[in-house]
Amino acid sequence: MKRKITIFFILLITFLLQSTVFPRIFPVLVVPNLMTVVTSSFGFMRGKKEGMFVGFAAGIFVDVFWGTSLGFNMMLFAVIGYINGYFHRLFFDEDIKLPLVLIGISELVYGLVTCFCIYVLRGDFEIYNHLFHIILPELVYTILATLVLYQIILYINKKLEAEEQRSASKFV
Amino acid sequence: MKIKNQSSLSSKYWLMVLVAVCVLLLGIERFTDGGGIFRLIGNYTVVPMQKGISYVGRYLSDISDNFDTLEDVRNEKDALQTKVDELTIENTRLRQEQYELDRLRELYKLDENYSDYEKIGAHVIANNGSNWFSDFTIDKGSNDGIKVNCNVLAGSGLVGIVTEVAPDYSRVRSIIDDASNVSGMVLSTSDTCMVRGDLKLIPDGRIRFEKMKNNDNVIEVGEQIVTSHVSDRFVQGIFIGYISEIEVDSNNLTRSGYITPAVDFSKLQEVLVITTTKADMTGGSEKE
Repeated sequence: MKRKITIFFILLITFLLQSTVFPRIFPVLVVPNLMTVVTSSFGFMRGKKEGMFVGFAAGIFVDVFWGTSLGFNMMLFAVIGYINGYFHRLFFDEDIKLPLVLIGISELVYGLVTCFCIYVLRGDFEIYNHLFHIILPELVYTILATLVLYQIILYINKKLEAEEQRSASKFV
Repeated sequence: MKIKNQSSLSSKYWLMVLVAVCVLLLGIERFTDGGGIFRLIGNYTVVPMQKGISYVGRYLSDISDNFDTLEDVRNEKDALQTKVDELTIENTRLRQEQYELDRLRELYKLDENYSDYEKIGAHVIANNGSNWFSDFTIDKGSNDGIKVNCNVLAGSGLVGIVTEVAPDYSRVRSIIDDASNVSGMVLSTSDTCMVRGDLKLIPDGRIRFEKMKNNDNVIEVGEQIVTSHVSDRFVQGIFIGYISEIEVDSNNLTRSGYITPAVDFSKLQEVLVITTTKADMTGGSEKE
């Protein structure tokens, strides 16, 4: 339960950062996509199932407040979280390379799928232009944001895991 | 650990369930407003926090404004004073014309007046966090009389249109958004055109217009574009921007080009919402 509440607050804070704080501080920049960072990191830190549910919850935020139709981002983030869960076995706390690569790839996939489903299906075929003006800048900013945000998420997750182990051993 | 393994369905099935839920939601969206309940929850949880953050932001930027140097302020004051003088002269002239117009209108029995729509002010509390859309959230909703399709202004220019309303917040799609289409017209000649937002023009701060008739009217760079009389969602005569480029299309029938909008979309803080929609007005006039 504590884990669920903590994750909800992590999502809420990243959502507020992304929508309210960042545009105010850097008005003209492309905003980093923190929701993918959270989804993807819970995916490879905790496995498929948790990644999937965190992604689903992140998708609800995105769809209700930023999206046009409910369900699209929920599905996309849930799948991203699930696929990141496959790399749970390769994950070590100390290693920053795997998280960076995975989050980068997730972000790229998110950008391309959104571009395809929202713009290409509408008959707007300027993929090249979207790639260089939105997807890649967003990717760079997201990776920069990852360097900070990932450490925080990792720390919170470690604390939570330690506590869960303690309470599990108490009952035995 | 034992209990967890027993109770949990395989993650593969969970994924299927979640995907099915999403597909179902996307499906029923055509028929019902699927996000209504989430919007209501958001109205009482997330939006108050956004309001708080944007309040703090405004407060801080106010404080930093206090540290402007006296010289800057004085220069600005001089510039404004000149502007006031100019506007006073212009206003006197316009007022004289207004009396004349009123008289002529009365003669023609045309008492529709488009200039004074009822407006309420609102603060921008959040932007769209994804880079694919340019819409934003404002801190007034249906409790303050805002409806879907209300027009939104900032300063003197058109900003966008309300697309979603919850009790205490609403979402506004700006006219630079890729999905936005506004029917506009040239103020001087009344030639209509479509003003279309374009994702790749957002960084330049321009909007494209197209489908303007290539007739004998000479239209030059710098002319004003306002919302047109044929639009069914935008009330007539709201200033959109100045033409910055215009050329005849290859079909020789239409003209297209670019508009520099009157509003700076990168730093919107306060907006005005016109609470009567075009549908209200046309519906009202039909009844009379």
